[in-house]
Amino acid sequence: MNELRAQLREWRAAVQKRLPPWWSRALAGSLIALGIVLPFLFPSSSGFMNATIIAVTYAVMSLGLNVVVGFAGLLDLGYVAFYALGAYSLGWFGSGFFFKARVHVLVSPVASTLPGVHLNFILVLIGAAAICAAAGALIGLPTLRLRGDYIAIVTLAFGEIIGVVAVNGQSVHVGGGMTLTAGNLGISAVDAPYFPGIGSFNLLNLRPWYWLIFGILLVVLFVNLRLRDSRLGRAWVALREDEVAAVSMGIPIVRTKLLAYSIGAAFGGVSGAFFGSYYTEVNAGQFQFGFSIFILAMVIIGGLGSIWGAVVGGLALGYINNYLIPDVLNGLPGKFGLNFQLTQVEFGIFGFLLVIMMVLRPQGLIPERRRRLELTAEIVAEDAQLAEVPGTGGDAT
Amino acid sequence: MSPVETPAPPAVAVLRAEHVTKKFGGLVAVNDVSVDVRQYSIVSLIGPNGAGKTTLFNMLTGLYRPTQGRILLGERDITRARPDVITRYGVARTFQNIRLFGAMTAVENVMIGHHTRMRAGLFGSILRPPWVRREERQTRARARELLAYVGLRKIAFDQLASQLPYGDQRRVEIARALAAGPRLLLLDEPTAGMNPRESEALTEFMRKMRDELQLTILLIEHDMKVVMGVSERVTVLDYGKKIAEGAPAEVRTDPLVIEAYLGRQE
Repeated sequence: MNELRAQLREWRAAVQKRLPPWWSRALAGSLIALGIVLPFLFPSSSGFMNATIIAVTYAVMSLGLNVVVGFAGLLDLGYVAFYALGAYSLGWFGSGFFFKARVHVLVSPVASTLPGVHLNFILVLIGAAAICAAAGALIGLPTLRLRGDYIAIVTLAFGEIIGVVAVNGQSVHVGGGMTLTAGNLGISAVDAPYFPGIGSFNLLNLRPWYWLIFGILLVVLFVNLRLRDSRLGRAWVALREDEVAAVSMGIPIVRTKLLAYSIGAAFGGVSGAFFGSYYTEVNAGQFQFGFSIFILAMVIIGGLGSIWGAVVGGLALGYINNYLIPDVLNGLPGKFGLNFQLTQVEFGIFGFLLVIMMVLRPQGLIPERRRRLELTAEIVAEDAQLAEVPGTGGDAT
Repeated sequence: MSPVETPAPPAVAVLRAEHVTKKFGGLVAVNDVSVDVRQYSIVSLIGPNGAGKTTLFNMLTGLYRPTQGRILLGERDITRARPDVITRYGVARTFQNIRLFGAMTAVENVMIGHHTRMRAGLFGSILRPPWVRREERQTRARARELLAYVGLRKIAFDQLASQLPYGDQRRVEIARALAAGPRLLLLDEPTAGMNPRESEALTEFMRKMRDELQLTILLIEHDMKVVMGVSERVTVLDYGKKIAEGAPAEVRTDPLVIEAYLGRQE
């Protein structure tokens, strides 16, 4: 097994040496190009397109959570809260929910005749990002004095609080007979994205939706890459590695940590607002604790702290959850004469995948460079040890 | 070891701790200690294990708040200042048990030391305008310079800190502290785990840093050869109290110090 690993490492090094220096840029360029033309390869409202849109949105969420958990090392188990807040931002500022108000900013001709607050979708996205960034800082504050598991517990509670507020918000009156949320009834008839000159999006043609979320993904990806290799990104890693040393080197803990929470939350809010519009409804039932874990699983499967890992993890679980299990393999148990459908056991499948992953590749699909260096070094050290101890090196492998 | 020449010290106290006390519950770790550190001097803090030396360091760098007393850096009261702010004012330190950022390379570690001297914030980092690029480039170059200055081999620059040999880790830690551009450098047992030759080299290096970088150095040290060789003044702590202070030769013969180290002779 160790020899096999060593051989694989050697091959990879050899391949990488032969590639021209611009290959990574070329690869990124062609992936982006592929991403842009992808919708033309499939019918405009197919199940696959639907799954792709959801998977890309997951990737955005995964990138957001990766900033908090991966970069800054703050285990956040309540990320669903930002999905919820983002979605409600749309419910509040892009629907007829506040029916007494009449605010219209750059919206479609149809929407501008309707009561309620209707802001242009881009404004809603910005608003969602701002609201979630503020909420992220708010949840960050009580965790500043905590470490490790205790942070997880506080964030977990925060996620639950937001969920409960979403359900019970229909009893919270904000004046004029209007309530804070619509609870499990849901805020429906939310605005679809509208751009002057392009028109309104609708669910008969999924391509514009895809391009929109793909564009958001590219922006979020860009921000992530820039932050990783910056003064701020280094400060996060330093805090993650050794808080005492970091603060002694002049890194302000409060500001640096809150920035991580806020940025991660803002990305969650943007994708939440998009989901709200795409699902045409903002319903308290969408924001379950399990979803926080689902996003966290994407980050971990991709490789904690790894930007490309977060994207791949989000896409992978997105496709498995929304395409592979329901559309492709759902009837599989029936073929073996078993009386259930695969969608009924999907959480079992995810759990199984996670266990397999942790056993075979604990560093994730695309590990972060630092962790890869660390793990490789550990393996090399282990190999060296094995070679030194007689009777374990040669015979056992 | 020849007696140390005192390089005509301007009588300015860079650091002054006045009647500093730190209590942890009922335990008095540091008890009414006053220390004066003059500019461009090298001062040692010695004492048996558990005497409160590191606790005093932690108060000087803001990790602990003193229960009583106050700490002045130049004219400025830093008694209640946050550690990162104190670093910005010009105090940097190393740790007794090396605390490098293991998952970062040697260069990145030193770049962290430069954090307070950089300006790029959130939007600067994302948009990366020319001045941010320049700042990054300069910081990286400065980090490499400093690593060379502390004598790290070139091949170790881009290795993970956790994989460097012990002596190199000590060097990186000093370079990281220097990157913060300190006026006052606090070294917590810098020669721990070193052999006599390495200790001597480090003694030389401390003087070199002091002269070339115009530093003031306060160090905790157990190796008496280093202490006697490098320091202009020595402060001795025992059970949290200052029991002696003065030139190395005076302190060495002080009966209280001998008692603290060797025990009372009946």
